[in-house]
Amino acid sequence: MSEPLLKVRDLKIGATVYPPGEKPHDIEIVHGVSFDLMPGKVLGLIGESGAGKSTIGLSSMAYGRGGVKITGGEVWVNGRDILKSKLGDIRKLRGGEVTYVSQSAAASFNPAKTIMEQVVEASVEQGKFSRKNAEARARALFDKLGLPDPDNIGSRYPHQVSGGQLQRCMTALALCPEPDLVVFDEPTTALDVTTQIDVLMAIKEAIRDTGVAALYITHDLAVVAQVSDDIMVLRHGETVEYGDVNQIINEPQEEYTQALVSVRSIDHEEKAPTEEPVLSVRNITARYKGTKFDVLHNVNVDLYPGQTLAVVGESGSGKSTLARVITGLLPPREGEIYFAGRTLTPDFNHRSREDLRELQMIYQMADVAMNPRQTVGTIIGRPLEFYFGLKGAEKKKRIVELLDEIELGEKFIDRYPAELSGGQKQRVCIARALAAKPKMIICDEVTSALDPLVADGILKLLLNLQKIEDVAYLFITHDLATVKAISDNIAVMYKGKVQRYGGKTQVLTPPFDDYTDLLLSSVPEMKLGWLEEVIANRKMESAGN
Amino acid sequence: MNPVVKLLAQRIALSLLLLLMISVLIFAGTMILPGDVAQSILGQSATPEALANLRAELGLNDPPVTRYFQWLFGAIQGDLGTALTSGQDITSAISSRLSNTLFLAFWAAVIAVPLAIFLGLLAVRYKDRWPDKLISAVTLASISIPEFLIGYVLMYLIAVKLRWFPSVAMINDGMNLWQKLNSIALPVAVLTLVVLAHMMRMTRAAILNVMQSAYIETAELKGLSTFKVIWRHAFPNSVAPIVNVVMLNLAYLVVGVVVIEVVFVYPGMGQYLVDHVSKRDVPVVQACGLIFAAVYIGLNMIADIVSILSNPRLRHPK
Amino acid sequence: MKNIPVSALIGLFFTALYFLGAIFAPLLAPYGMAEVVGDVWEPSSADYLLGTDNIGRDLLSRMIYGGRTTIFIATVATIISFTTGSVLGIFAAVAGGWVDQMLSRFVDLIMSIPTLIFALVVLSVTPVTVPMLILVMGLLDSTRVFRLARAVAVDIEVMDYVEAARLRGEKTAWIIFREILPNALSPLVAEMGLRFIFMVLFVSTLSFLGLGVQPPEADWGGIVKENKDGIVYGVPAALIPAFAIATLAISVNLVADWILNRTTSLKGGRG
Repeated sequence: MSEPLLKVRDLKIGATVYPPGEKPHDIEIVHGVSFDLMPGKVLGLIGESGAGKSTIGLSSMAYGRGGVKITGGEVWVNGRDILKSKLGDIRKLRGGEVTYVSQSAAASFNPAKTIMEQVVEASVEQGKFSRKNAEARARALFDKLGLPDPDNIGSRYPHQVSGGQLQRCMTALALCPEPDLVVFDEPTTALDVTTQIDVLMAIKEAIRDTGVAALYITHDLAVVAQVSDDIMVLRHGETVEYGDVNQIINEPQEEYTQALVSVRSIDHEEKAPTEEPVLSVRNITARYKGTKFDVLHNVNVDLYPGQTLAVVGESGSGKSTLARVITGLLPPREGEIYFAGRTLTPDFNHRSREDLRELQMIYQMADVAMNPRQTVGTIIGRPLEFYFGLKGAEKKKRIVELLDEIELGEKFIDRYPAELSGGQKQRVCIARALAAKPKMIICDEVTSALDPLVADGILKLLLNLQKIEDVAYLFITHDLATVKAISDNIAVMYKGKVQRYGGKTQVLTPPFDDYTDLLLSSVPEMKLGWLEEVIANRKMESAGN
Repeated sequence: MNPVVKLLAQRIALSLLLLLMISVLIFAGTMILPGDVAQSILGQSATPEALANLRAELGLNDPPVTRYFQWLFGAIQGDLGTALTSGQDITSAISSRLSNTLFLAFWAAVIAVPLAIFLGLLAVRYKDRWPDKLISAVTLASISIPEFLIGYVLMYLIAVKLRWFPSVAMINDGMNLWQKLNSIALPVAVLTLVVLAHMMRMTRAAILNVMQSAYIETAELKGLSTFKVIWRHAFPNSVAPIVNVVMLNLAYLVVGVVVIEVVFVYPGMGQYLVDHVSKRDVPVVQACGLIFAAVYIGLNMIADIVSILSNPRLRHPK
Repeated sequence: MKNIPVSALIGLFFTALYFLGAIFAPLLAPYGMAEVVGDVWEPSSADYLLGTDNIGRDLLSRMIYGGRTTIFIATVATIISFTTGSVLGIFAAVAGGWVDQMLSRFVDLIMSIPTLIFALVVLSVTPVTVPMLILVMGLLDSTRVFRLARAVAVDIEVMDYVEAARLRGEKTAWIIFREILPNALSPLVAEMGLRFIFMVLFVSTLSFLGLGVQPPEADWGGIVKENKDGIVYGVPAALIPAFAIATLAISVNLVADWILNRTTSLKGGRG
């Protein structure tokens, strides 16, 4: 067996933190990680936020982002320890032997230069190719990565191409100097699912065809399972499990890995519609002030008491606009909304207090949904006081009850939002909504900012609370796994229209319309070879047509 | 129409509108407030007949709107009226003083701008190390010190104690360039110090802001040297913010000049304005105010135009 | 309290010293403010710690009384500037629509002329009295506070928690005083320090130009003006008030910097 291309031994990484009110001090964020990567192989690094995966990826280029410093261990690339190399030698390594693809291509491209200038810059700078050859190579890569008009796209500026295309340009940038190793840092996370699958396939084929080795960093195990040979599961800067992809996905040993593999397998049986819907949206058409096109066209959906309607779609589908229309933040141009048997006034400013109380909302970013200067007690207590006139001991008793319901407990009552974790914050927001004793809660992407396991906890809590409080959810999300886990009815939205609507089983069972088919088949599954299967199916279908 | 041309036209039109509004404001500000020009010229002991005559002579009996338009059309044609106190033609009095002021401001800018940008870059290069800390300490001190203090300290040390330069900045047409420069050396030094701190601090902030962008990391991960990273990737994106900083501070110089001219008894616009404010010579104050405002608005406009021109999104529309 | 950095402590100490000096001026000053006690520009001696001024008054006494005037004017002008600016700024942000447009465009207009020039134009027709000075300075400067307050409030206004409060049915007063103000306060308080410095410099500059506090009243800028001719003869009397202005300004700046740093580290509310 040949020598590993990248050999990491007992890697330790530290950072300086600046907590408010305390002296800045150093902490260790990666505690002794070791792995090998053979030439031409792909190692997936997976973990939730704070696991140290990006930091480890960048250490293969001897680079620390922000105040991050590599404090110990060895990183061998092509037979030399780069942590002991001089800066000049490291610069020859960066952009030549090892290259990097970041999560946000839109931010990683210099807005003032053309794409081609930036794609060939490293190749020319490192003396790998002449400018002419590098440009020819870049055009070939654009073609291979499935970019439109590969001969001319390089002369455009970054803002002139779409997000998915720019992510492929970034991949071309990384592959252009013929590196030995590419570090992919969440390259598809910022993309919509239907775009993600194409970029993923393009990256996979490019890796296979060029024979380059790769570190593939992501928080999504299903994605990494499609492209990796080996997988390392990380948590809090330590290795949880390290093995080949088959073993990790099919026979995970550690409890944490098992949880990651089985994430989003919540079982929720679909409920049949009852007679009277709590919310009926009828023929809603809406546009934003000062714009000339409608973002919602003739939308009709119903939500039944104690049930969940999932509104699913990609960015720009109009799903969040629908929430704004229902809450009365954006009065529609046409159509009516019926809520609990009465017609809702379009503008929330003119709605009755009863209407406002019975229709609550939970936001995506719990961080900014709570006033940082108020304690948890104040946040949950205000609706009690405002809607029910509760005061003193009575109010406190109810706050404690609510804190128990969201599984936090009385000790949280005097804490500030800054002292809570992401999941705890979202729980407090749930309690605030429940405090109003609503008939219905709009949940706007409430789990998408959370790590998968935390998100699972929130979904379970929401389902549980639905049983106890008999509250209906309008659940807005882009994540189909969440939809499957929680919904009774589903509305698939595309370009401001409801594309498909009905009971969960009905919506998720073929025959599909084209868009729903594309959307459903694009969601990564926790299964080896899924990506190839989907692509092969699509090719067959298009050949059949 | 090309979006850039459209934006530029809008911006220029906005500046002109702003200037027009300012002229209204300056005119109205000197009209509505208590105080009668005729009274202040002739003093408390003037007879009612004399006051009435003077009012008629100055056109003070016309409605304010008429007087405003007369004043405005005069100003557009270069006629700023006559000074109440001396009866001199304001336009001719201002023209030589304006060129003196611009001469002073020009040399201060020539020294301050490159120096500030260089020091700002230095502070970024050695961020959080001693050159940066020294620069920010000096900055903090100098924005806390009134301009006239810097003026007198320099005058006391350099002109009085060391006798290197004259303490009073006399200037006239008979002097050659070298003599003039020698004469304004101290005020230029003070103005430079005054503007430098602000400019340096803002340049530092502007470049640091760009250096934190993700594309700078991309450039570093391409193995480029620090110099190439700054020159190729940071600089093109810093032009607009730096020009903004420079223009903003040149506008600041406009104010600094007023005080510094008084300190060094320099025959410029600032001195002229201050003199006539104390004498309550309203037409002169209006004229000077309008010119200072025009310079200030003009500089801000140039800053915006540069940032429009350097924005790749506008230069290369989709 | 033990987390206060040394620089802020120094700043706090000197700021307090100057304010106490201003409050107890009549007790501290050895001679009367306008009392001629010695020769012109006597050097410092046991009798006259800082020497005498251009007409033989005790410079220390004049400095102490002058500080009182300067600090009084700057403080009142800051309060005017601050209340006007922040109330209107937050109101504009919350009200939005044409109210916001009107106020913001008007402020843009005022700010398109340098403050000093505008003040000179106004002072050329108004009587130069202390209340008038305070009013002109305070109102002109409130445009800056307005901009900051509006910007901060607009940032907070778009937060989901404000939207949540609106959707709950809360009144405008609750939104301003319970949701926005507590979060806007710290940056505004830090700005207040900077505004105060600016006012000290502003009133000193005006007095130095002869358009501020009128003699025989003393203020620091005026003392510089009275004694500036001495510089040419090597008498540094004019530098003393200038030095006082600078130390006061730097002290307040150090305190404001500390407050600002504390608030930025709280921003975003992440622990």
